Amino acid sequence: MSQKTPELPVTIIGGYLGCGKTTLVNHLLRHANGLRLAILVNDFGDLPIDADLIEAQDGDVISLSGGCICCSYGDDLSLSLRKLQSASVKPEHILIEASGVALPGAIGNSLSLLQDYRLDCIAVLADASAIMHQANEKYIGDTVLRQLADADLLVLNKLDLTTQKKLTTTRGWLAGVSGHAPVVEAVHGKIEAGILFHQVAEYRTLVNPSTSICPPGRAELSEDGCDVDKADIAQKILRDHNHASELFESMHLLIGWKVDAHIIAAELADQKMRLIRVKGFVRNLDNELMLIQIVGARWSVTDAPSNLPESTQPGLVFIAKAGELKNEQLRRICKRRH
Amino acid sequence: MTIVYSAKKILTMNPARPVVTHVAVRDGRILGAGSLEELSGFGEFTLDEQFADKVIMPGMVEGHCHAVEGKWWRYVYCGFHDRMDPHGKVWSGLSSIDHVVSRLQEKEITLSDATTALTGWAIDPIYYDNKKITRHDLDRVSTTRAVGIMHASGHIMNVNSKALELAGYLRTGITHDGVPLGDDGLPTGELKGPDVMYPVGQHAGFDDNMLEFDEAGLIDFARLCVRTGVTTATDLAARLEDSIVDMGIRVTGADDFPVRIMSLRFHHGLTPEELIEHVKQLQLRSTERFRLGKIKVIADGSIQGFSARLNWPGYYNGAPNGLWYIAPEQMRSIYEMALRDGIQVHTHTNGDEATDLVLDTLETALAKYPNQTHRFTIQHGQLINAAQYRRMAKLNMCVNHFANHHFYWGDEHYRLTVGPERAERMNACRTALDNGIPLAIHSDAPVTPLSPLFTAWCAVNRTTASGRTQGEHEKISVQEALYAITLGAAYTLNLDNEIGSIECGKHADFAILEDDPTSVDPDKLKDIDVWGTVQSGRVFPASLI
Ligand SMILES: [Zn+2]
Repeated sequence: MSQKTPELPVTIIGGYLGCGKTTLVNHLLRHANGLRLAILVNDFGDLPIDADLIEAQDGDVISLSGGCICCSYGDDLSLSLRKLQSASVKPEHILIEASGVALPGAIGNSLSLLQDYRLDCIAVLADASAIMHQANEKYIGDTVLRQLADADLLVLNKLDLTTQKKLTTTRGWLAGVSGHAPVVEAVHGKIEAGILFHQVAEYRTLVNPSTSICPPGRAELSEDGCDVDKADIAQKILRDHNHASELFESMHLLIGWKVDAHIIAAELADQKMRLIRVKGFVRNLDNELMLIQIVGARWSVTDAPSNLPESTQPGLVFIAKAGELKNEQLRRICKRRH
Repeated sequence: MTIVYSAKKILTMNPARPVVTHVAVRDGRILGAGSLEELSGFGEFTLDEQFADKVIMPGMVEGHCHAVEGKWWRYVYCGFHDRMDPHGKVWSGLSSIDHVVSRLQEKEITLSDATTALTGWAIDPIYYDNKKITRHDLDRVSTTRAVGIMHASGHIMNVNSKALELAGYLRTGITHDGVPLGDDGLPTGELKGPDVMYPVGQHAGFDDNMLEFDEAGLIDFARLCVRTGVTTATDLAARLEDSIVDMGIRVTGADDFPVRIMSLRFHHGLTPEELIEHVKQLQLRSTERFRLGKIKVIADGSIQGFSARLNWPGYYNGAPNGLWYIAPEQMRSIYEMALRDGIQVHTHTNGDEATDLVLDTLETALAKYPNQTHRFTIQHGQLINAAQYRRMAKLNMCVNHFANHHFYWGDEHYRLTVGPERAERMNACRTALDNGIPLAIHSDAPVTPLSPLFTAWCAVNRTTASGRTQGEHEKISVQEALYAITLGAAYTLNLDNEIGSIECGKHADFAILEDDPTSVDPDKLKDIDVWGTVQSGRVFPASLI
C-alpha cells in the first residue's frame, strides 16, 4: 500500500451572522484537550481569545498556547489553506469559521479539490431565538435556508434567549427544513468537543476501558468475531464539565469480523439511527483495515493509516444524545454479514 | 510661468463657455479658458501652439477600473477583439480556438526552459459559438509546462493537463460544480469560480493576488491611461496593505507619473469597525496623485456568473439566485459609520435585489445619520429599474454604469441570463439621467479595455457584439456621454471641484484628441485617436510614453 500522508480533517462552522459561531470556536479552543487546532476565521473581529491563550501575533496569524493557531483568511480561504501546509507546527484538525452569508456547502465543495484535506463535518449554527424569523427575511431568507440545508450537524444555539414554547415550535420547524442532519442544542455554543473532534472522543474512550464490550483477548480478528449478543455493553454518559446543555452517551463496539465498510457506514449515517459521531476501524471483505468516520449525515471510508499500533482492535465508537443510542440496531447493522 | 495653449477646439464642459480656443495654465492649474485676448488679461504668458490642430477636452476620469490591468499585460493576450497594450502595440483579436493555440505556441518557442508556466488572458468562448476549450487544446501548446488562460470575464480559467497534474486535479473522483469532467472522468481543464481557479492558477503562472497591482504594473497601467486620454483613474477594490500604500505613494509621486489614482478599500476580511478605522488611517496618507479614504462594498456577484442577486423571477435560464457577498447587518454598520464620519462608500451591485438592499439600507442609515452630501454611489447597478432610480434620486445617490457590458455581453444577457426585456434596460443611462441621478460610465478594466471614448460610444449606441442595438430607449446623447466620462465621473469621486471640466481653478488635466467627438458620426466616437494627455500641466504624448 502506498505511503500517503493522512488527510487533515476539516470542520466547517457555518450559520448566519449572530448565531454564535465565534463563541463556539472559542469554546472549542478551550476544550480541545491538547488537540492542535488551526482555526481559520473570516476576520479577527470579535474573536474573544483571552490574552493568556495568545502567545504571539504575526499579521494574519495568532499563535495560541498548546500549538493551536488562528488565522484570518479575509477574502481568500484557499490561499490560507495553502499557507497552512507550509506552517512549522502541523495542525491535527482544521476549523473553518464561514462568514455569515457564506454557503458552507460551497466551502466544503472546494475543499474536496485539495487532496491533503478531508471534510469531516459541516456544522451549522442556528440562533434559537431568531432562526425562524431570519428564514423569512426578505434578503437573506433563502441564504439562511441554504445554509441549514448544507449542514451535517445542526447546533441550535442560544436556548437561553428563547421561551420553552417558542423552542418547541422552533425544534419542529428546524426538523422540517433540515431533514437529514441531527440537531444538538446549546447555550453559549457550549457543545461537547468530542462531537466535532474525534480525537477528543477517542481519548475519552481510551481512558475508560470499561466502555469496551469485548475483553481484549477475544477481539482478535476471526471469521466469527466475538459474540456481541453475549457481551455486556457499557455505556457512559459524557457529562461535559463545562455545563454543555446536551448530554451524550457513547458505546464502543469491537468488531472482530469482516464487513462491507461502505454499507455499514452508509447505514449508520442514516438519521434514523440518531447517531451524532462514529469513528473506528473495521476489516473490509478483502481483509484491509478501513477507517470509518461519521459526523451526523456525513460519512467517509478510507484506508486506515499504515502506522497503527499492532494492538489496534477493529471496532467503532458511537456517540449519540443521551437516551438515543440504539444499541440493538447498531449491533445488528455491524453484525450483518455481507 | 503661464502657458497658453491654442487648439482647434476646446470642449470645456463648462456651460458658461462650452467651446473655446485657448486655455491658460499656471502651476499645473487652469488659469482660464477663453479667447487669447481674454486670457492675456492674466499678464505675461508663453503661447504654445503644439495642439493647434488638436481638440482638447477635460482629462477623462475612469470611475471604475482596476490598476491591476498593467500587470495582466505580462501575460499573452488571447482576446477576440483587437486591444492595445501599454506600449501602444495593438494585439489583433483571435477569431478561433486554433488562433489562440497558435499565439500561445509562438510564445512557447521563445521560452528557454521546459517548465516555466505560460499564461494567457482575455479569452472569451462566447465568440467561438460557446465551444468549450479543453485541456487537450492547450496540450497542443505544451505538455511539459503548465498553460493557463483567464477568461475575459475573470470568472473562468482554462488550463492544460500539466497544470491540472501539478495542482493534483488530474484524477477521477472530483465532484465539484466548478470542475466539469470529460467522458474519461477527468477534468476537462475548465475551472469556474475563484475557489477552483486559484489553486490551479498558481501553477499556471497566475500569482496569488490577481486583483492587486505591483510597481511595474502600476507604471504600465499609467501608460494605458495616457494612450486613452485618462488623467484620473480609480483602483476600485484593494486591500491597501501598508507596503502597497508605501509603493503606490512612491511610484505615483514620481515627477513623470501621468495619472491621479484613487484607490478604494474593499470591505472583505475586516469587521465594519476595522474597515472604518483602516480607511481613516488611509485618509491621512492620501496624496495628490494617490488618493485614499473611500470604501468599496461588494453586495453580490456577477450576472454572467449567475452569482448576482436578482429579484423575482430571477434568471432567464432558471439558474438559482446568486450570492450575497456581505450580510445586510454588516452593510448597515458600514453605511452608518461612514455617514457619521463623512466617508464615501461605493457599492457594487449587479442584480436588482442587491440594489434594493442598498436602497433600504441607506434609507435606514440616513434616518439615523442624516447627511446631505454623502454621494454614495452604486457601481455597475446593471439591472436598476425606473422605480429604483426614483428612490435613488430621493436618497441623493449616484450611479456608475457598466456601459461596456452592452457590447461585450449584451447578447448573452439577452439570450441567457436575464432575457430580452430586462437585457434591453440594462445599464439604463437614459432613465438615470431623466431622474436627475449623477451618472458615470465605466470599463471595469481589465474586464473590458480601458478607453472612456469607447465606453461613451457604448452608452450612445448600445450596440452589442453581434451588431444589434439593445435598448434604443436607454441611449444617451454624445454630449451626455462625454459629460459622464469627465465631470460625471469626477462627481461620483467627490473630485468635481478639482477636475472634470476646463475652467478656472481646476487642475490642468486635458485629453488631447485628433478629432472632435462632438462632430464625428456618433458611431465613430470609439475610433477617435488620442494624442496623449496633459496632467496637472505636464504634457504626456502617447508616442513617448
Ligand atoms: Zn470592478
